[in-house]
Amino acid sequence: MNRRDFLKLSSLAGGGFALAFCLRSGGEARAADSASGGDFKPNAFVRIAPSGAVTIVSKQPEMGQGVKTSLPMIIAEQMEVPWQGITIEQGDFDEKLYGGQSAGGSRSTPNNYDTFHLLGATVRTMLVQAAAQTWGVPVAECRAENAAVIHTSGKKLAYGQLTVKAASLPVPDKEQVTLKPAKDYKLLGKRIAQIDTPRIVTGQPLFGIDVKLPGMLYAVYEKCPVFGGKVVSANLDFVKTLPGVKDAFVLEGNGKVKELRAGVAIVADSTWAAFSARRQLKVTWDEGAVAGQSWDTFVAEARTKSAQPGQRVLRKDGEVDAALASAAKTVSAEYLYPFISHANLEPQNTTAHWKDGVMEIWSPTQIPTIGTGMVNRVLGIAPEKIKLHLNRAGGGFGRRIGADYLIEAAAIAMKVPAPVKLTWSREDDLRHDQYRPGGLHFLKAGLDSSGRISAWKNHFFTFGEGGSPGSGGSLSPDEFPGRWIPNYLAEQTMFETGWPMGPWRAPGSCVFAWVFHSFIDELAHAAGRAPLEMRLELLGTRDEMPAGSGGGGKGKQNAGYNVARMRNILKFTAEKAGWGKRKFPKGSGAGIAFHFSHSGYFAQVAEVTVSKDGQLRVDRFVTGGDIGEQIVNLSGAENQVEGSVVDGLGTLLTQELNIERGRVVQGNFHDYPLIRITEAPLKIETHFLSTKYPTTGLGEPALPPVAPAICNAIFAATGKRVRQMPLSRVDLRWS
Amino acid sequence: MKYILNVNGQSRTVDVPPDTPLLWALRDNLELTGTKYGCGVGQCGACTIHLNGVPARACMTPVSTVGRMKVTTIEGLAENGKMHPLQQAWSELDVAQCGYCQPGQLMTAAALLKDNPRPSDADIDGAMAGNICRCGTYVRIRQGIKRAAALAAGGKETAQ
Ligand code: FES
Ligand code: FES
Repeated sequence: MNRRDFLKLSSLAGGGFALAFCLRSGGEARAADSASGGDFKPNAFVRIAPSGAVTIVSKQPEMGQGVKTSLPMIIAEQMEVPWQGITIEQGDFDEKLYGGQSAGGSRSTPNNYDTFHLLGATVRTMLVQAAAQTWGVPVAECRAENAAVIHTSGKKLAYGQLTVKAASLPVPDKEQVTLKPAKDYKLLGKRIAQIDTPRIVTGQPLFGIDVKLPGMLYAVYEKCPVFGGKVVSANLDFVKTLPGVKDAFVLEGNGKVKELRAGVAIVADSTWAAFSARRQLKVTWDEGAVAGQSWDTFVAEARTKSAQPGQRVLRKDGEVDAALASAAKTVSAEYLYPFISHANLEPQNTTAHWKDGVMEIWSPTQIPTIGTGMVNRVLGIAPEKIKLHLNRAGGGFGRRIGADYLIEAAAIAMKVPAPVKLTWSREDDLRHDQYRPGGLHFLKAGLDSSGRISAWKNHFFTFGEGGSPGSGGSLSPDEFPGRWIPNYLAEQTMFETGWPMGPWRAPGSCVFAWVFHSFIDELAHAAGRAPLEMRLELLGTRDEMPAGSGGGGKGKQNAGYNVARMRNILKFTAEKAGWGKRKFPKGSGAGIAFHFSHSGYFAQVAEVTVSKDGQLRVDRFVTGGDIGEQIVNLSGAENQVEGSVVDGLGTLLTQELNIERGRVVQGNFHDYPLIRITEAPLKIETHFLSTKYPTTGLGEPALPPVAPAICNAIFAATGKRVRQMPLSRVDLRWS
Repeated sequence: MKYILNVNGQSRTVDVPPDTPLLWALRDNLELTGTKYGCGVGQCGACTIHLNGVPARACMTPVSTVGRMKVTTIEGLAENGKMHPLQQAWSELDVAQCGYCQPGQLMTAAALLKDNPRPSDADIDGAMAGNICRCGTYVRIRQGIKRAAALAAGGKETAQ
């Protein structure tokens, strides 16, 4: 049958995405015919009922980045259906059906953008063809509008009236499909509230932690406070006698600190029974070698080694020592930032049910294949025996790329004859995260007699596991200002640890931008130059900076650095902020920074006031962003930027984890405080510059310049240079 | 122990140990999962409910202490099927990101508006300081509360 034809979308221009899935008609298990009562299901994503009801499946995990709204908007736009009344369903994990379902690296939008346009336009094309055939008129005389097809004569058929006919048509080749041009967009670029808003504001079950299944039990999992520690013994027999406890057992784990760690599971008839029993659990741990590792010791060691050559040269251009020796002026500084946690407000959790050889899982996860791959590898369950439902996640920020909590739930479920929900406590969450690594940079730069940066030297100290730096702990040879300064040396020394590290919103960029844009600001002031002009001069006049041979810049984000886009966004932002136009009284000031990451070009201006007793207030924060041609959902886009600004500020203000003797000291929000409304900027302004480049993502690239813009503003306000995160450790008082 | 609770105007029975926080009784026993667990120690506000109209931390409220107090949760914020002005404002302004903190934010904000129908930015910051939003929606929360105040004062119907 024609309807079983499928169209492979394999070569869309500009996509760069392996279009692994098919636009197929029906889908084997849910062919339109009888069971679906005349629905039109041209592919796995779209369903139109004879009533006219439109359902779109969202395949990407949703964690607050808004993809469950924005990506279906693209399909709806091209289908030419109104947004009101559309139903969006969260798709289960099924990459054969849907294509890739990973949400990370700000890739959800660029990976799906072109495909979803074509997908929606294909559906519209079929409906127009169905109407034309029904009327016996040429397709060219028909157009789609507002969920109906209209003939030039004025006659009209609603999409719902066309489902049966459309379902009998072959899926057209993409050459037969015309995309709706941007000038005709009715949805894209508008502010659309998240589709889950009604459920969020009325408290309906939505998140992983809200999952409830018949007969479900509740689990907690106690792990060794020292990373990598093992269970020697535990008072399991006693714990099993406690109220509500159904079982308690040890899991050996697979020896990997980011996978299934050793620990003790307690399974009970309620979350509270499990939490309570845990307070009476006594475990003897073999803490292992990591118990000898402390942050403070590493920092002290870095300071003693800072002047020595690093273990590795990351990039070397020109002769940095000679250039420093001949510089008119040199500036040296140490920059330090600590380990931090993701601290998703929804603690990690997963529900799993092991039944008849099938592992069924409900989880808030960002990259489903990591979890299912781990279940397969660690528990030996065949991929086709793993079913995964994707729950809305209460925050991602990269944390839920790790699937340690998912594998724990699945491993526990294998020993429990019922569905079981594992809930991490907040303490579990802070003490068993996959952290953003801390780091130290020992910088020295030279200025020539005309105030240009002639030399730049950085001895970077980072933290690794298994022989290479943790996620976000690798300094690319191409990281700005590498490639821009003639005499440049970046060296690295890495401390090997057993500490789990993982991607934290804009990995690497989120700290490197702070260090380098703060230091560039120091250099501008040392040279007596204006911070904006100095930066524009540094960027130079060339339009493209190709990736260096040494490491490919931002790696998978494609390293070519479009300098023209950066210059433009920097000028655009400065203008929007009124940079340089106002005089600030002592105690107030403005700072500027920019950064390119995750395919996005961002510049930011902070205006701050620091009271004499050292209290910081961000009065105004202006962002200019270039993420290509089209903003999909303006409200969602602005929300991502606003969130990045608050996150960047919050991280700067208070966030710090101490790791002492291989364990995290902090345990909850009283000693790991997150930013509160009282510290949020008074005003956040977001401006997007549309450019003729493919549309890219927004989860990350607005964050990196936030902290340096604020710290540069603090300097302008007080003359105090912030070289350490968090600010709670820095004395900002002035008189 | 059996406790009869008045939750969102209904009489509900739970059979739980006396020290069970109301949070878990609501979530696990009464299937009212809108009230969220974020910290369990009174720091984040995700579990905010009303006891006799006053905001309280459900994670710090043992079931045995609730007695005959009226418990209102996010599921009971809309009255007679009509959205609370805050819920309307949240929808209009697309306040949420992940949404996890928002039930707690809304419950705290509802108590604020009842006491202070026209709060200033400083009033809002003061009242909302106990509610963490990890996603950083604070600027929209301020706008949302002001918009709700305007709606409650007879402002235009929602744009939707
Ligand atoms: S869960 Fe109650 S205040 Fe955080
Ligand atoms: S919206 Fe995510 S924690 Fe507030």
